[in-house]
Amino acid sequence: MSMNNQGRPTTPPSNETHCPPTHTGNKALQIEEALIFEQGDFVGTGVDFAPPKGLTPRLGGLARDAAMHLPGLSEPEAMRHYVRLSQKNYAIDMGPFPLGSCTMKHNPRLNEKMARLPGFAHIHPLQPTSTVQGALALIDVLASWLKELTGMPMVAMSPKAGAHGELCGMMAIKAALVARGEAETRVRVLAPESAHGTNPATAAQCGFKVDDIPADKTGRVDLQAFKKMLGPDVAAIMVTNPNTCGLFERDIRALADGVHEVGGYFYCDGANFNAIMGKVKPGALGIDAMHINLHKTFSTPHGGGGPGSGPTVLSEALAPYAPVPYVVKNADQYGLVEKRSQGAETSFGRMTAFHGQMGMFVRALSYMLSHGGDGLRQAAEDAVLNANYVRVLLAQEMSQAFAGPCMHECLFDDGFLKNSGVDTIDFAKAMIDEGYHPMTMYFPLVVHGAMLIEPTESESKEELDRFCNALLALAREAKRGNQEKFKGAPLHAPRRRLDETMAARKPELRWKPQTAEYLAAE
Amino acid sequence: MSRKFTEDHEWIEVAGDVATIGITKHAAEQLGDVVFVELPDVGVKFSKGDDMAVVESVKAASDVYAPIDGEVVETNGAIVDDPAKVNEDADDKGWFVKVKIDNPQQLEDLMDESAYKDFVA
Repeated sequence: MSMNNQGRPTTPPSNETHCPPTHTGNKALQIEEALIFEQGDFVGTGVDFAPPKGLTPRLGGLARDAAMHLPGLSEPEAMRHYVRLSQKNYAIDMGPFPLGSCTMKHNPRLNEKMARLPGFAHIHPLQPTSTVQGALALIDVLASWLKELTGMPMVAMSPKAGAHGELCGMMAIKAALVARGEAETRVRVLAPESAHGTNPATAAQCGFKVDDIPADKTGRVDLQAFKKMLGPDVAAIMVTNPNTCGLFERDIRALADGVHEVGGYFYCDGANFNAIMGKVKPGALGIDAMHINLHKTFSTPHGGGGPGSGPTVLSEALAPYAPVPYVVKNADQYGLVEKRSQGAETSFGRMTAFHGQMGMFVRALSYMLSHGGDGLRQAAEDAVLNANYVRVLLAQEMSQAFAGPCMHECLFDDGFLKNSGVDTIDFAKAMIDEGYHPMTMYFPLVVHGAMLIEPTESESKEELDRFCNALLALAREAKRGNQEKFKGAPLHAPRRRLDETMAARKPELRWKPQTAEYLAAE
Repeated sequence: MSRKFTEDHEWIEVAGDVATIGITKHAAEQLGDVVFVELPDVGVKFSKGDDMAVVESVKAASDVYAPIDGEVVETNGAIVDDPAKVNEDADDKGWFVKVKIDNPQQLEDLMDESAYKDFVA
């Protein structure tokens, strides 16, 4: 017979629980990755040239006399560093990303393909408009979709994020008040307690004083309290709908009428427009300005600080103050209105160097066209259905903050953790061990120990079941008093619990070489 | 005179015509670890309900409201340098400001200790 004489064992030994440390600090495919500045050296990479002969330095003594401490990595080393870091990260392409109010939905690959078409990807904002007619046409078509979906006559396309769109809307309101001669007397902006933090920040940035409108028992704006706060000094209200508790503001028409009666404007934070697109037209609700997060509602990728895109729709009353530049169609040619002298005399000015986030525009329009009007409506309906499915499943063990159905996100408080010794943050960190990105926690502020979950329409029922089963198991474990699993969590992540307090009290904002020579020079 | 408390979780201790104001232990616990405190300048006058100071934790930033009318006569720089003091000793060393009282009448409207305990229970 021919025989395998290598004696290679093919059944694994049964030592699953014994896990001695490794020599490298790596754990199999989990590489213990040093900071890029702590890797490599300058011997292996880079080239030093001798100073050219006969050259007289003209730096006047400013020439660098010490090393810059740049990382010294070869191309494959640098590439591996970033790929390894990316493997430690969590992404919507790896699993559900239930961050309430952030709307992390699937980014269809078709959108990426469209954005990479050379006619969109390889153009420059300073090209003559005659050479970018297709790109301008795309901006115009996208703008008309946004106006149609919101029922508003004007949209400023240039704002580059949600908060930037808020700034656009509030600057338009300020410009309108200046034009009315009331900028000095209308100094107050009203915003609900549950508002996104950017709302009061934007109002303050525009020079307004912000007053909080209290919430009622159902988690919505307290209409009676709101009415009492109205007066001739009110410039605007800023309300999110659906609000940050995931609830539709049923009194929104009364809010609009109330602020209009006293001569103010209605800014709506459109961060949650994904719950109502195709169902409700904000223009019909009496809204004067609203930003739309293309990166949430229309599936353009975001996270980690960008890129966003926050086109802002404006009512008839605010349209004259829209920022430049904007696209116009003259006969059969598209052009850009760049200056007030081009027929935009009342514009409040320019917010950005160019016309906005072209790549995001392409992706958003691709999403719209591939869904169609009916598909967008269904996306909103499915987002709401999914959130309510999660809400009902989780309510078996977790405490819903406000009774009744929700919109696109469901909100829980920490009532179910009472006396368990487990806090919201422990619960969220234990989710990391189970392989899930935590939900939004401790926001909105009106709810104690808040946990805000937004599943989006992207997730299948099976995925939602897996997610909910993991959370239900954790909730039962917390109630049983198994604190060990929570207090140190995450236990299985590449890094354990971070010291947020220390990070905030003593932030180290810049890496420094830990050499005696460098530290002495500091 | 014993301590007075507000519904916004501030304590007020009066000595003569000066009130020492801080946030309650309950508030400090609810805020979590305080990481930043902003105090008004000495000499600034406040009316009851004005934003007087800012206290920021890892979770959120909160305004501290003036519980009474008055003029700031002294501030506790120690909590600006080391915000942890607010968590460690909210009731005493973690005080925020001392205010010269304009209208002693306003103190009558505030809660005493047992009423505050009921309020947060």
